[in-house]
Amino acid sequence: MGYTAKFKVWRGDDTGGGIEDFNVDVNEGEVVLDIIHRLQATQAPDLAVRWNCKAGKCGSCSAEVNGKPRLMCMTRMSTFTEDETITITPMRTFPVIRDLVTDVSYNYEKARMVPAFAPPADLAPGDYRMAQIDVERSQEFRKCIECFMCNNVCHAVRDHEENKTTFSGPRFLMRIAELDMHPLDTVDRREVAVEDHGVGYCNITKCCTEVCPEHIKITDNAIIPLKERIADKKYDPIFSIASLFKRNKQGRQAAPDTPHATK
Amino acid sequence: MSEIERHSFDVVVIGAGGAGLRAAIEARMQGKRVAIVCKSLFGKAHTVMAEGGIAAAMGNVNSHDNWQVHFRDTMRGGKFLNSWRMAELHAKEAPTRVWELETYGALFDRTPDGKISQRNFGGHEYPRLAHVGDRSGLELIRTLQQKIVSLQQEDYRETGDYEAKIQIFAEVTITRLLTTDGRAAGAFGYFRETGNFVSFEAPAVILATGGIGKTFKVTSGSWEYTGDGHALAMRAGATTLNMEFIQFHPTGMVWPPSVKGILVTESVRGDGGVLTNSEGTRFMFNYIPDVFKDKYATTPEEADRWYTDPDNNRRPPELLPRDEVARAINTEVKAGRGTPHGGVYLDVSSRLPADVIKKKLPSMWHQFKELADVDITKEAMEVGPTCHYVMGGVEVDPDSQETLLPGLFAAGEVSGGLHGSNRLGGNSLSDLLVFGRRAGLGAAEYVEALPTRPAVTDAMLTEAEAEALAPFSNVGDENPYTIHADLQNTMNDLVGIIRTESEMVDALARLQDFKVRVKNSGVKGGRAFNPGWHLALDLKNMLLVAEAVAKASLDRQESRGGHTRDDYPKMSDEWRKLNIVCRYDGEGAVIEHQPMQPMRPDLLELFDVEELKKYLTAEELPTHDAGSDH
Ligand SMILES: Cc1cc2nc3c(=O)[nH]c(=O)nc-3n(C[C@H](O)[C@H](O)[C@H](O)COP(=O)(O)OP(=O)(O)OC[C@H]3O[C@@H](n4cnc5c(N)ncnc54)[C@H](O)[C@@H]3O)c2cc1C
Ligand code: SF4
Ligand code: SF4
Ligand code: FES
Repeated sequence: MGYTAKFKVWRGDDTGGGIEDFNVDVNEGEVVLDIIHRLQATQAPDLAVRWNCKAGKCGSCSAEVNGKPRLMCMTRMSTFTEDETITITPMRTFPVIRDLVTDVSYNYEKARMVPAFAPPADLAPGDYRMAQIDVERSQEFRKCIECFMCNNVCHAVRDHEENKTTFSGPRFLMRIAELDMHPLDTVDRREVAVEDHGVGYCNITKCCTEVCPEHIKITDNAIIPLKERIADKKYDPIFSIASLFKRNKQGRQAAPDTPHATK
Repeated sequence: MSEIERHSFDVVVIGAGGAGLRAAIEARMQGKRVAIVCKSLFGKAHTVMAEGGIAAAMGNVNSHDNWQVHFRDTMRGGKFLNSWRMAELHAKEAPTRVWELETYGALFDRTPDGKISQRNFGGHEYPRLAHVGDRSGLELIRTLQQKIVSLQQEDYRETGDYEAKIQIFAEVTITRLLTTDGRAAGAFGYFRETGNFVSFEAPAVILATGGIGKTFKVTSGSWEYTGDGHALAMRAGATTLNMEFIQFHPTGMVWPPSVKGILVTESVRGDGGVLTNSEGTRFMFNYIPDVFKDKYATTPEEADRWYTDPDNNRRPPELLPRDEVARAINTEVKAGRGTPHGGVYLDVSSRLPADVIKKKLPSMWHQFKELADVDITKEAMEVGPTCHYVMGGVEVDPDSQETLLPGLFAAGEVSGGLHGSNRLGGNSLSDLLVFGRRAGLGAAEYVEALPTRPAVTDAMLTEAEAEALAPFSNVGDENPYTIHADLQNTMNDLVGIIRTESEMVDALARLQDFKVRVKNSGVKGGRAFNPGWHLALDLKNMLLVAEAVAKASLDRQESRGGHTRDDYPKMSDEWRKLNIVCRYDGEGAVIEHQPMQPMRPDLLELFDVEELKKYLTAEELPTHDAGSDH
């Protein structure tokens, strides 16, 4: 194979910038990140880009490829035709630092606001018993590699900078759901989901689910159940303490072995 | 001296992989103020890539397992060159460290009775690896990251400041350790984002910087693996140990070229995958070495029975320790029995139903589908050896992880000793937890006992700054990216999986050339997020590490674990008694020999004398006969 591709890459920093044109060699089997690396090695040694694993596992190399959020290391060049011009721009929702590198600190701040996992106080390490079927729901969400592309694409922040203070984006709504579905967690996060993380801003467009490189069903499996649970709490006073979820949790705890039993 | 941001802490941890995070958690739990510094974003360290799992003798799947069995497996895997004290602590403490992760919120795969499930892995006698599918490293790093968040939340409730006790400095690269009167005094580095300088002044510094893979061409490692910690430690006056031992993982991807080296997890074999050559032969049966003869199946029938009846059959030879499998693949390919792209076949498609493969090996399925257009539920993978792990590393005290430089600690892949000449799969993640915690504890105790904090002077910072800026004033037109590529080829070709004297002599000569070329490599652009500058600085570290590896490899005249000499193909009892220690003399790496400590008698007793005879000299053998009940 081997051909010369036309690339447009956004270059600049927080004071401004623009698209630059490059012609660059492409070899068989390569991905977009290989091409960016070739640009660094041959034409633009100071081109800023984040990456780590080059295997779709760390979520560092997120950018917009022809306007769509993608992991550059998992986007094969063979998905484009040879005469196609490929445009690479930084994720739009987060402030640019330089070239393809953006300031994603928003995400870390939101992560810090989710109340942490809290196991039963009397449960000793080594005595945790959970059935596979019960951990699987949260395990799906724990596949998240924190590429932040879902947060990048969600219109509630992408088009509304002002919502950043009140809305945490799909990644962290999912984190709340994950903790809630943990069979041994003891904290009720419904109020913070509404008050601190703005679950109400989500209107279930599923754009986040579409871009997730881990194919996590963020909307269907995390956000909608979370919303339903909150609705239960708000409108059904009987469930205000022992909600559906908490009952499920207890049901699940009792499932396999004797829970909390010492070995 | 330009503006330098100056911070002061009790403990500064360099590295935010499993080892660094566990160390930071411990130091904070001991009441210390901790900085965590890392080159990439928080949560992205190399640990995230680990697939197979964490080795810990919990005995959840096979109740015969216990720390003694794990200890024996680790020593055998390392061909008895391990620090036996570290191997002992590791085997004893790993289960507690894994259970602790559950209290932080980790969700491992479960056994039918609700305990943590454990899987088979090469060199481990029983199913021992706690795992989550094939993304165990992600679970580990996220769990520790989330534990740190929870500690920060505690600190916030108490003080109104999340960062009162733990502060994270992401995308900061440390370029130099600061020392005062022969003690650690802190670390100096730059913010990648701005190129501005920063110093962390602290009486205790913990190195947890990971490995050196990027000195080799074909590697499973990420860009961070430039051996910074090894080089920083040596320059500051500490030593490295047995740097010749480098693990080439037998199964890396070989095609397409741009992904060559990316890891194919050993779980593929643990879960039933088999290796065949272009003639369709399951060749590993021809490569069972004498020391392992009685532990591995000699026929495919017996090997296959083992998956369902491990108590009455011996394990398949595909699960031999990694050095054995990597050498076997290398030999098959050299003999002309390789695949079209220069590897061998690894097949699960004929062994497991498609849905089971997708369930057990989801990221492998994904990786091959997306990067190579190969559906592993329908066809075989092509695989070959890839540089994966460095067993050698910074020399530490086995109990506290302190290096020879007081106040400097090291844990995780950057430290040496535990794995001897070859690491067993799964023993790294457990290493990170056990010795990360011990380093955090060691550092806290050290700070506690220290009467006065070592001072950091302006002169020290000015010097460190000049060193970091040097690449900008180089005038030559050498391109750092080209030097890096040349270095990687040299190490791969001349100090790679099979070594010989003349080639290593050649490599050492080339390394001297590279040192000159680095001095002539100018940097273009400014200081803000400039990868060209970053690489120019990293190159200095890689060159020192490469020199240490090449010199130690040339010196050790035997083949053992991750060090195979064409000209000295046998293991030597006499060489086993020696550690090769490396220090920096102001110019480069120099080596010296250090006798190994003889193993404690109660640990020796865990082995049959017959087995010990394979590794130890006659005078080292114990007089006991432990019988055959192990
Ligand atoms: C693909 C793959 C799969 C693996 N699977 C397994 C497995 O299943 N089981 C197992 O036990 N092991 C496995 N390993 C090995 C294991 O993952 C590593 O050995 C381990 O994660 C290393 O952890 P660490 O904490 O020592 O360092 P890392 O996780 O590598 O972290 C190093 C940290 O140091 C920082 N750093 C480095 N240099 C500097 C500097 N100059 N300044 C500031 N910060 C710096 C980096 O930014 C990073 O945060 C695997 C390895 C690979 C590559
Ligand atoms: S489903 Fe909700 S969270 Fe996801 S992109 Fe749409 S609005 Fe955002
Ligand atoms: S949920 Fe998916 S898209 Fe969002 S950060 Fe995680 S991996 Fe990325
Ligand atoms: S570099 Fe890790 S996901 Fe792309």
